[in-house]
Amino acid sequence: MNRLWRDRRARYGAVVLAAMAFLALAAPLVAPGDPTAQPDVAGTRFVPPLTSDRHGVFHPLGTDRFGRDVWARLAYGARVSLTVSGLAVLVSVAVGAAIGAASGYTAGALSTALLGVTDFALALPRAVLLLLLASLWPPSAALVVVVLGVTGWMPIARLVHGEVRTLSTRPFVEGAVALGARPTRVLWRHILPNALTPIVIAAAFGVGNAITLEAGLSFLGLGVQPPAASWGNMIASGRDTLVNAPWVATAPGIAIALVVVACTLLGDALQDLIAPKGTALHR
Amino acid sequence: MLARLGRRAIAAVVVVVGVVTLTFALLHLAPGDPVEHLLGPAATPAQLAAGRHALGLDRSAAAQFLSWLSGAARGDWGVSTSTGRPVRRLLAEAWPATALLIGLSLLLSYACGVALGAAQAARRGSSTDTALSIATVTLAAIPGYWLGLMLVTLSAYVFHVLPSFGAAGLDADLLSGWARLLDSARHLALPLATLTLIGVGSVARFTRGAMLDIEARPFVTAARAKGAAPWRVLRHVLRNALTPVIILLGLSLPALFSGAVFVEAVFAWPGVGRVLVEAVRARDYPVVMAATTVSAMLVVAGNLLADALAAWTDPRIRSPGA
Repeated sequence: MNRLWRDRRARYGAVVLAAMAFLALAAPLVAPGDPTAQPDVAGTRFVPPLTSDRHGVFHPLGTDRFGRDVWARLAYGARVSLTVSGLAVLVSVAVGAAIGAASGYTAGALSTALLGVTDFALALPRAVLLLLLASLWPPSAALVVVVLGVTGWMPIARLVHGEVRTLSTRPFVEGAVALGARPTRVLWRHILPNALTPIVIAAAFGVGNAITLEAGLSFLGLGVQPPAASWGNMIASGRDTLVNAPWVATAPGIAIALVVVACTLLGDALQDLIAPKGTALHR
Repeated sequence: MLARLGRRAIAAVVVVVGVVTLTFALLHLAPGDPVEHLLGPAATPAQLAAGRHALGLDRSAAAQFLSWLSGAARGDWGVSTSTGRPVRRLLAEAWPATALLIGLSLLLSYACGVALGAAQAARRGSSTDTALSIATVTLAAIPGYWLGLMLVTLSAYVFHVLPSFGAAGLDADLLSGWARLLDSARHLALPLATLTLIGVGSVARFTRGAMLDIEARPFVTAARAKGAAPWRVLRHVLRNALTPVIILLGLSLPALFSGAVFVEAVFAWPGVGRVLVEAVRARDYPVVMAATTVSAMLVVAGNLLADALAAWTDPRIRSPGA
């Protein structure tokens, strides 16, 4: 942990993610006012950032075309975007770990079939699947979680498969088997805990990816539905007012970029920690 | 080598057939069908039944799938239910736009990305390396459609230099020769820049990593110890680092196509991605089926190409033992 903290990238990533999580949790405290309130549409629409509207209310990031405070929407949108992508990654980790462990620990037809399914799913263009799944059912946050989860498990399955294969030849696993431990116990107590670090790293990269895709779906109108705020549908609604109010679409985009960079850097730092670049261990 | 490519080709066909089957199943599992979209909420059950009969949707799913397959195999992709135009013509108009966009951005982002990554690896740890690392990680993190919107705002509204949507100006049909080419290039500039910029970040990061990996190998130390000039060593390293980069190229095609779907939506670029988005919304079964088939074929063909390229740069892959 200490070694991780000494890495500048890890520090930046952890600080940004913690700040965003705080923003999401403490949204009512840091952004007073309702993110969907439209008290005086004509009077408070398109207030530029860092100015007050005619009622004397200060808007740090300005207001959108319905007079809603962009900062409040950003904070409440963080709740939606972070929760949805976090849950989506949990779904893909669960599915990927299950399939990877099953294909890695068994041999023969089952293993081959599971690997084949994984490779097949990897070759599909994810956007096509996302589009099909997301637009065929009525859009909702839960659907986004499921759709991102079931289209994102393949890299995790590949990774877990490899880890399980390597670990199951290690002496301590052979020892557990010799002692008569059942396969599920060997997998659960001896193999998977040792494969945890690469899974955590893949999950860190996955969260960044999921946030971008969630925003993409909401941007196409297939994700979280207005008036609830998510970073993606904020960009989508800001798209129509790019000329007179560019700040509406700019703020959520910067928020997404910050979070994704934080996830990438944290993942990079973790990866270097277990197998630094330029050493024999790497790859 | 040939046997290897043959195996890959068979796998490619399996993937395309799988995509087609999966798409068909999803379309038919989901609530709503093209007839409901065409006739609207006021349609009576009798009208709906008549509409379904006219489109052949009252047959069993298996019969519909078989008739679509046999039609597609003969080159008959059916008629779009929402526009009434032959799907073949719809896609024949759309796929060159997508192939142009993806192909050019692939070329540009790999050329720039490999150059950047190599430059970074050569000056490892310097402030240039750090600055470029920050730039590339940020580029890789920015959502494509958002980058597109920002570029539109800057170039179309602030600087008034480039058009923000479509593939040709309103007067394109009146132009000829160079003027028309220039018009197309101006319309291509923003979507291409968006898609390329997103790609450059990840390619540069990957190239830098691959080169640092190779640099730690004994043969590089040996070359240095022998007194080889720095550029010679760099050539050895780059040549070896290129194989994983080319394999990444094949693997990144699905992601690139995904990016193109969003970028096409932002710039109203008349490609397969936009056709697909519109068709899925209208439950236009024949168009969705055909567009997914075409996109799967583009991706699979790209993968095969990357495989052949990797074999060409790396003799170890070509040898029968591997």
